[in-house]
Amino acid sequence: MKNRLKVLRAERDWTQADLAQALEVSRQTVNALETGKYDPSLPLAFRLARLFGRPIEEIFQDEAEG
Amino acid sequence: MPTNPPDAGAWATRQIRNTLGLAAWTVAWVASLALAAFGPGNLWDNEPAPTLIAIAVSVLVGIGMLFANKRNLQGLDELQRTIQLQAMAWSLGAGLVGGTAWTLFDRHDLVAFEAEIGHLIALMAVVYLAGSVAGVLRYR
Repeated sequence: MKNRLKVLRAERDWTQADLAQALEVSRQTVNALETGKYDPSLPLAFRLARLFGRPIEEIFQDEAEG
Repeated sequence: MPTNPPDAGAWATRQIRNTLGLAAWTVAWVASLALAAFGPGNLWDNEPAPTLIAIAVSVLVGIGMLFANKRNLQGLDELQRTIQLQAMAWSLGAGLVGGTAWTLFDRHDLVAFEAEIGHLIALMAVVYLAGSVAGVLRYR
C-alpha cells in the first residue's frame, strides 16, 4: 500500500518524532509507515486522517489499483 | 506552510515508565528466585519454613512481573506489539520443539548431562531476544 505521509508531514514541517508524538506511536513506527514497510490498522489510519484533515483514501492508495 | 504539531499525551513517558517498571519487577523476581534456590543451602540450613516462604515470595513477585509485562505490552504501539508477538511466537515454538527434543536426548542418554528447566528458559530467552532484534531490524 502506498501512502502520502511523508509529503503531508513535510507540508506541515513536522519531524517524524513530531508525528509519532501526535499519534502516540514510536518514531520507528512512523518511519515504517512512511517507507511502506508496515501498513497501519484501521484505527491508526483514521487517526492519521483526522490529524491531517484528509479522507483516508487521499492518504493511502492500494497499489493494486495502480 | 509550517504548522505546529498537535500536543500529544504522555505516551512516550508512559512507555518508559512501563518498561522501567517491568525491568524492576524482573530484577526483583530473579533476586527472589536466587534467594529461593540458594538460600536453603547457604542461609538457613535447609529449614523448610523459610524455604516455603522464599518460594511463596518468588511466586508472588513472579505474578507481579507477569502483570508488569502485560501492562508493558498493552502500552506498546501496534507495530511494536506485532514485533513482540512474532518474537514470542518464535520463542514459544523453540521452547516447545527444542524442549521436547532436549528431553528425548536426555531420556535416551544421548547427552552427557541432564536436561534441566534452566536450559529451556535460556533457549526461549535467547530466541525471544533474537526475534525482537530481527523484528526491529525488519521494520527499521
